[in-house]
Amino acid sequence: MIHPIELHGIDKAILLIYFLFVLGIGWAVKRRVRGSTDFFLSGRSIPAWIAGLAFLSANLGAQEVIGMAASGAQYGIATSHFYWIGAIPAMVFLGVFMMPFYYGSRARSVPEYLRLRFDEKTRGFNAISFAVMTIFSSGISLYALAKLLEVLLGWNFNFSIGVSAAVVLVYIFLGGLTSAIYNEVLQFFMIVFGFAPLAWLGLRDAGGWAALKTRLNAVAVAQHFAPGTWTQSWRHMGSPGANPMGVEWFGLAMGLGFVLSFGYWCTDFLVVQRAMAADSMSAARRTPLVAAFPKMLFPFLVILPGMVAIALIQEGRLALPANPDGSHNFNMVIPVMLGHYLPPGLLGLGFTALMASFMSGMAGNVTAFNTVWTYDIYQSYFAPGRSDAHYLGMGRLATVFGVLVSVAAAYLAARYNNIMNLLQLVFAFVNAPLFATFLLGMFWRRANGHGAFVGLVLGTGAAALHHGLTLPAGEPAGLKGGWLGGVLHTYPSEMAQNFWTAIFAWSVCLVGTLLVSLATAPNKSDPELAGLVYSLTPRPAPAPEPWYKRPVVLGVIVLSATLMLNLIFA
Amino acid sequence: MNFDLRLPLGLIFSLFGAMLVIHGALSDRAEYARALGLNVDLGWGAVVFAFGLAMLFLAFRARRKP
Repeated sequence: MIHPIELHGIDKAILLIYFLFVLGIGWAVKRRVRGSTDFFLSGRSIPAWIAGLAFLSANLGAQEVIGMAASGAQYGIATSHFYWIGAIPAMVFLGVFMMPFYYGSRARSVPEYLRLRFDEKTRGFNAISFAVMTIFSSGISLYALAKLLEVLLGWNFNFSIGVSAAVVLVYIFLGGLTSAIYNEVLQFFMIVFGFAPLAWLGLRDAGGWAALKTRLNAVAVAQHFAPGTWTQSWRHMGSPGANPMGVEWFGLAMGLGFVLSFGYWCTDFLVVQRAMAADSMSAARRTPLVAAFPKMLFPFLVILPGMVAIALIQEGRLALPANPDGSHNFNMVIPVMLGHYLPPGLLGLGFTALMASFMSGMAGNVTAFNTVWTYDIYQSYFAPGRSDAHYLGMGRLATVFGVLVSVAAAYLAARYNNIMNLLQLVFAFVNAPLFATFLLGMFWRRANGHGAFVGLVLGTGAAALHHGLTLPAGEPAGLKGGWLGGVLHTYPSEMAQNFWTAIFAWSVCLVGTLLVSLATAPNKSDPELAGLVYSLTPRPAPAPEPWYKRPVVLGVIVLSATLMLNLIFA
Repeated sequence: MNFDLRLPLGLIFSLFGAMLVIHGALSDRAEYARALGLNVDLGWGAVVFAFGLAMLFLAFRARRKP
């Protein structure tokens, strides 16, 4: 079998040096870990620029890099909606409006905020589903990495799993969240330096942006869409039939831009943990804003190579490996493009960046898992009131346990792919309504514990119900939907179905929380809610900071720039 | 903070940059056919090297200040 990538001496040297640095960073920060807060929250000592880049990187797992390039090939520039609509506004909202409550409440995790704001059962529901979800995500990340190395380089599956899991285990075990954060920043620069030449060479090969547009018109026409579908992000969103995503603007803006995006960026502890580790309230608020600037430009780094790839494929100059059903395996876009354009040397840099993104995706999950497990599950339900050293030890133990379960999950994914798909589906149901709970919790003081819990359960149920009664066009009933017997509605695409599942779940959770809160007595007094709810938190006098450190100013700048990008590529 | 992340960032990227530049200067032109005939190792290596040096400079400057 011919492998798409062949590593030379210099490439292997770069990969090896990178691994040594990653482990070295774990070793170097080990002596700074003296208590559980150091291990789980980096002792709340991380400057804004580091926390911000780690915030971005924690999300920049390989599924993201590989998936966004794949979408770039399948859908063109419309993939940028996942950034310019589906991320930036939510990141600004988190920094400007929500971070004061997360950081100000001194909660050590997102579930812990839920306990302070609502009650124990709401926290338990969130903590347990989150802990299980992160560990399985980490396993899926590991599986995808090993599978990719097998296909790309012919490396042994077990060897790849063993080495990557061991490296992640060692550096988190030693340095905890600090290790993970520092390595995420390193990974951020690796991705930029590794992929920028790829995007540049691809664009140059296509003859520049104007020539690429002409070439992509041919791609669009060949797939029976209007010319320009691959290079204009908004103009073809009028109806689901007019674009390859099969979505229309309302479902896109509400489902992706509001529910899914805010649900992920504002409530997922995996990313929020990075901001909680910041060294001050000001730095915590700036964390997602610092991240938003590079995030805004990432489409050029990860989507553009996918767009170039599909143009080359159309012209017969590039071939992707095929799926079992004969269609193109778009997940191979980035690896194949790396092998196609990068010479020995830069290939090592690009390939190492890809490895780095897999490992940091896994590490992000493991650090979020060990914190939620130790603080929200172990300390709350199994062993309250022990010494700090005890919880630090448990955190290290949870790291070992988390990595081992990830490895098991990776093998589970390799053998029973459907179980993994099913699990991810269930987690999507649990996550979909979550932002409604936080929105009401932070901005409506009357929302109470019973309301939040019932709302979450109803919202999760609504997601399942909606999914079970609808189907994407052309799919059989089963994992893709319609498993409740009847099909009430058929969506033009799976993406459209996902967006609407989220919209239903969010709306039901919102209404459920509202009604139950009004029908039951408040369970917390106003003084207890100070610092947790907007109207009961005294506004601190604005610190005398220069303009470039003020969250609102940064937020306005990044939103304006994003608006410009939307207009330029509309 | 007694650990400055700019130091390892500076070290690793000036090292990677230097490796790329040297490789680019010594290697055969034929290697770059796939990169549109451009010696991208040399050019991009210089950029990576410059970034590494800038990080090292910032780290040392911060260290000299009390």
